[in-house]
Amino acid sequence: MPSNKSVSDAPITQFVNCRILRGSRLQREDLWVRSGSILDPEKLFFDEQGYADDRVDCEGSIMAPGFIDVQINGGYGVDFSEASEDVSAGVSLVSKKILQHGVTSFCPTLVTSPAAVYHKVKVHDGGAHGAGVLGLHLEGPFISAEKKGAHPERFLRTFQAGGIDDLMAAYGSLDNVAMVTLAPELAGSQSVVRELCRRGVTVSLGHSVANLSQAEEAVDQGASFITHLFNAMLPFHHRDPGIVGLLTSDRVPSGRTVFYGMIADGIHTNPAALRIAHRAHPEGLVLVTDAIMAMGLPPGRRTLGQQVIEIQGLHAYVAGTKTLSGSIATMDTCVRHFKHATGCSVEEALEAASLHPAQLLRLHHKGNLDYGSDADLVLLDDDLNLKATFISGEEVWKKAP
Amino acid sequence: MSPRTMKLIVLNDYEQASEWAAKYIRNKILLFRPGPDRFFTLGLPTGSTPMGCYKKLIEYYEMGQISFQYVKTFNMDEYVGLPRDHPESYHSFMWNQFFKHIDIKAENTHILDGNAADLQAECAAFEEKITAAGGIELFVGGIGPDGHIAFNEPGSSLVSRTRVKTLAKDTIVANARFFDGDLSKVPTMALTVGVGTVMDAKEVLILITGAHKAFALYKAIEEGVNHMWTVSAFQQHPQTVFVCDEDATLELRVKTVKYFKGMMHVHNRLVETLPSVPKKN
Repeated sequence: MPSNKSVSDAPITQFVNCRILRGSRLQREDLWVRSGSILDPEKLFFDEQGYADDRVDCEGSIMAPGFIDVQINGGYGVDFSEASEDVSAGVSLVSKKILQHGVTSFCPTLVTSPAAVYHKVKVHDGGAHGAGVLGLHLEGPFISAEKKGAHPERFLRTFQAGGIDDLMAAYGSLDNVAMVTLAPELAGSQSVVRELCRRGVTVSLGHSVANLSQAEEAVDQGASFITHLFNAMLPFHHRDPGIVGLLTSDRVPSGRTVFYGMIADGIHTNPAALRIAHRAHPEGLVLVTDAIMAMGLPPGRRTLGQQVIEIQGLHAYVAGTKTLSGSIATMDTCVRHFKHATGCSVEEALEAASLHPAQLLRLHHKGNLDYGSDADLVLLDDDLNLKATFISGEEVWKKAP
Repeated sequence: MSPRTMKLIVLNDYEQASEWAAKYIRNKILLFRPGPDRFFTLGLPTGSTPMGCYKKLIEYYEMGQISFQYVKTFNMDEYVGLPRDHPESYHSFMWNQFFKHIDIKAENTHILDGNAADLQAECAAFEEKITAAGGIELFVGGIGPDGHIAFNEPGSSLVSRTRVKTLAKDTIVANARFFDGDLSKVPTMALTVGVGTVMDAKEVLILITGAHKAFALYKAIEEGVNHMWTVSAFQQHPQTVFVCDEDATLELRVKTVKYFKGMMHVHNRLVETLPSVPKKN
């Protein structure tokens, strides 16, 4: 049907024959897009007397908001933490490749590195060129030596008298930084948490030996995320649950949610542990890949940050040890594995990869299919295999037939 | 001279009544052969009664049997003061139950605006739009438990036109189920077509289903024309069809029901087959 709009000339696309995730339910509804945003068709009909210019037949697929990965260190041979001449080319390559995993926005993650590495990666929108960059996730160097994981010890730092000044000295600038992971037991860290939150940076707790009290204090100061729950922190103990205790802490200020990242690759977390966390605090669960540069590459030895790692099947170890170096599972693999391991609903599995990370980063127009939100979408079959990815309503990847 | 008829169609249950009515409407539109210079004007109701009928019409559209491209619709009523995008507004109802599923053009749909600055002017303009469209070919309506058509509550003038009405207590109570059961949330006024407005239509189809409507149906067709039961006005309309389920006939005389049921084999010819005319232009 011909279009007829009095408000805007931009073309309108109507996605039909789909089951959309809205209000935490899959509903049989059409999805309308104009100028990259999701449109209210009732308003279009009554206010503008308008219709669609194009129709896209989704063939009965599930339509979910595009996935958001807030912890990804690289992939396809690119290591974001490796100082190089052309950083943006590496980010661009990965951003393009992860479209096929359903990721439409992400936070390139930099692990503990010498000061020179904290180069500038710019926040920018996604499109046919690749997933959107929401900002950097700076994991370290203000972390615990005892829980450094794959981070190189010689580059770890503490807060000297200056607190936030030490942080600025390490990073250079906080423009384009979406999130910082730090250990809240470090002296002087609480004021840093407060200051970072004041500046709009999400603060995450991780690579830490903090007890529950110290973690709760950080949450009081504004911390809202836990970096890869269970990994690189003290194990849950019934008399001091440590950071894990935040999932059920009664000291979390009302109206606030503590989110927690989970690497649901079947390796980083035993499915029973995944289920305990999920059942204790389902609304806070955020699926992350924590993918390293080897993701997408064949097995062998590679460099991550300042270290060498070894890939065996789906496992990636610090070379010569059994310390996990990071995962190489893709986001859509994590979504499927999460659903399978926890027995959760399709809606919950999809929200853990889209709505929850968007809520964590306070991005109201992402991670959901509400009217006015960005039309970053994925089409999936009933087994949650990806069929197509869209950014701002435009198809940016489609599964080969 | 066109036929002057009153038909009472009795089907076994709600689904069958909805289907019969939808087929009747579909066939009327097809036989009319609407086109770019020749629109079929349809009056439409809201509420739970017509929902099954709308579902069937949508099915016939999806099966390619009918197009609404050259159909103009005029709804009977709308609440006053309810935001247009409120889930219980009649605009929302029509969008969700009907318009969004078919190929009707927005400019061919007409629903009274309960938020107009000048409600009287809005009502007068609505009457003019109906006149400009050439009058209504077929007005589909329902009946309230108090025998009202649209919001023409008991005591309404039988020659009334589109106007502002204060809702009767019965109606507010009946509608409370759509407002969380909270009487205070139900709108107390509405804009409605008048009894006279619907009487002007060439043909009227009234859908009545459920035992709770039985007494109103009895009053409407077995008692006299009376402004306390405004649907009774259609006893004087040249072409009326009442489509009911068994439960709605519970208060009628057995003789009445048997008489009309005996004619079903004739009446069913109106819906049995698709008229063989070109469906799309």
